[in-house]
Amino acid sequence: MQTAIDIRTVTKTYGTFTALHGVSLSIMDNEFFTLLGPSGCGKTTLLRMIAGFEDVTKGDILLFGQNIAALDPNLRPVNTVFQQYALFPHMSVIDNVAFGLKMKGFDLPTRRKRAGEMLDMVHLSSFADRLPAQLSGGQQQRVALARALAPQPKVLLLDEPLSALDLKLRQAMRMELKQLQQDTGITFIFVTHDQEEALTMSNRIAVMSAGHVQQIGTPRDIYESPVNRFVADFIGETNLLEVEVASITGDLAQVILPGGHSITCSTATHDPGRHHLSIRPERLTLGPVGTGLEATVDQVIYLGTDLQVLVRLDGGTPLQIRIQNAARIEVPEPGTRIGLQLEEGAARLLAD
Amino acid sequence: MAAPTPTTAPDSGASSDATYRSARVPLLLPTWLVIGFFLILPVALMAVYSFLTKEMRGGVIWEFSLAAYDQFFINRGLFGDEPASLEWTYISVFGRSIAQAATATTLCLLIGFPTAWFIATRAPATRGVWLFLITVPYWVNLLIRTVSLRFLIRENGPLNDALLGSGLIAEPLALINTNFAVQLGLFYSYLPFMVLPIYAAVERYNFTLSEAAADLYASRWVTLRDIVLPIVKPGIIAGCLLVFIPSLGAFLAPNLLGGAKNFMIGSLIEEQFKRSLGNWPFGAAVSMILMSLVLVLLLLYARSMARAEAR
Repeated sequence: MQTAIDIRTVTKTYGTFTALHGVSLSIMDNEFFTLLGPSGCGKTTLLRMIAGFEDVTKGDILLFGQNIAALDPNLRPVNTVFQQYALFPHMSVIDNVAFGLKMKGFDLPTRRKRAGEMLDMVHLSSFADRLPAQLSGGQQQRVALARALAPQPKVLLLDEPLSALDLKLRQAMRMELKQLQQDTGITFIFVTHDQEEALTMSNRIAVMSAGHVQQIGTPRDIYESPVNRFVADFIGETNLLEVEVASITGDLAQVILPGGHSITCSTATHDPGRHHLSIRPERLTLGPVGTGLEATVDQVIYLGTDLQVLVRLDGGTPLQIRIQNAARIEVPEPGTRIGLQLEEGAARLLAD
Repeated sequence: MAAPTPTTAPDSGASSDATYRSARVPLLLPTWLVIGFFLILPVALMAVYSFLTKEMRGGVIWEFSLAAYDQFFINRGLFGDEPASLEWTYISVFGRSIAQAATATTLCLLIGFPTAWFIATRAPATRGVWLFLITVPYWVNLLIRTVSLRFLIRENGPLNDALLGSGLIAEPLALINTNFAVQLGLFYSYLPFMVLPIYAAVERYNFTLSEAAADLYASRWVTLRDIVLPIVKPGIIAGCLLVFIPSLGAFLAPNLLGGAKNFMIGSLIEEQFKRSLGNWPFGAAVSMILMSLVLVLLLLYARSMARAEAR
């Protein structure tokens, strides 16, 4: 597979503040790639550098082998879907969609035809002559998408495009975006702080924090084999416990839990000493006393599809457990003593 | 007041409507007094005066006459015995004034737009300082400023001294009493009226739109032409009107900087109300003609705005 975007030790500084510390990553052609991280992690800065809105302080950005780091944004064959859409308010929907084509020098019939097809694709053909202000947020979002796709960019950049939409629309748009990416075969680079969005749409995710890429991998890799504390904590919910490492052999570690129990788990570190252990709440199961770890139920929280059970290990360490709200479930009463079992892959030892 | 139960609610609504109606007259009275006293009355007075007969030493005789308008538009020769033809003297004063005002407006736009753009793109905290600096000269009386401009550009003034000293020119430039001096005066007088509305428009402009245009392959120039200018156009039009209209009727700059040859409407009107030479009805008639012209321009502007709105 061909590399669409190659980011090579890219650094960005603003005065004394460093927004990106020598970030390197490769994005494959036809990939749905997500930059995920909390606000201020540098993900938007990186996207804006690919688009050309921010200068590269140090490093190179290659687009299909060509170094574009010094090119003006209007000379880069990439298009952007902006967070607040940035539709031209004085132009009709069709003129917005055709703008890029016009700038690329296509004649009027071609422009109208291609822009019409784009509007068809996002189901907005009947709105062609309206002004952006006459559309709903979701419709404006689709126009922004059509406008960015119309010039057939090699790479489409999406800057938190769903964050301004309400939940239902956001969920529907996720599926649509994914479908659109598969249909067009264009590489999508998607920026978000919403891990659920990242997990549901992406082929691969780069988790970023404080100007560094923490981990790059498939959604499953990132969720199930986080490399460090930040990734484990940021993606999904988890129990983080400080534990003593007894021994590490290959990818397996023997650790001692605060209560004195010893368990075997996968590991992201090979240094002995004290580390953090991540235990996913949905990989813990409740059983009768005498099976697994001994604990006492503190509280049960009703979440609709799930129940969240807060327990305390003997020794005082709190843990949260997720169990599905199935018909057969027996809801434990607070104060009940229970046994806790760790399913396969529930626990992972993390680097700091 | 009745208790807010569903059955009494419509009643209380009606009574508050009545309260509103009875309070409307006293509440609107100050507005009507100001508009009536300072706008309608003076304009009506001028309108009436323009149809009266002139008194030789200034003032009017209360007798209906079309002489003022006749004098403006119709030429009957020196002794009034030739066949009537169109009088060009005053129309050409209007033409010259319009040209002067248009040039001054263009100058203000060319300098004012980049200035406004510069201020609007500074950090929010420093914008206030720049705006303040723009308005500082206007704390000095316009007459004083215009006279000082006269000193600046006169034959042995600082501007000519500097240019001679630098060797750029061999002889002092005759700037005073030229069209250029008048335009400079008008430009200087009205520049802030161009800067401020454009600033307000640019400050509201969403710069992400420029990024979006660049992202869609537009060059800087095309972005300015196709995206920025259409969006900040209301500010530009407001600025142009605010400069053009007072420039058209200005008399300080033309009188003090332009001399007799560069006579503008403002001076023509002023002349009619001065001392013994005056012809009050004629001055009033010229004012009415000027005002009609401006109103037509404003109506055209309002119509083009309404059309833009409807799009």
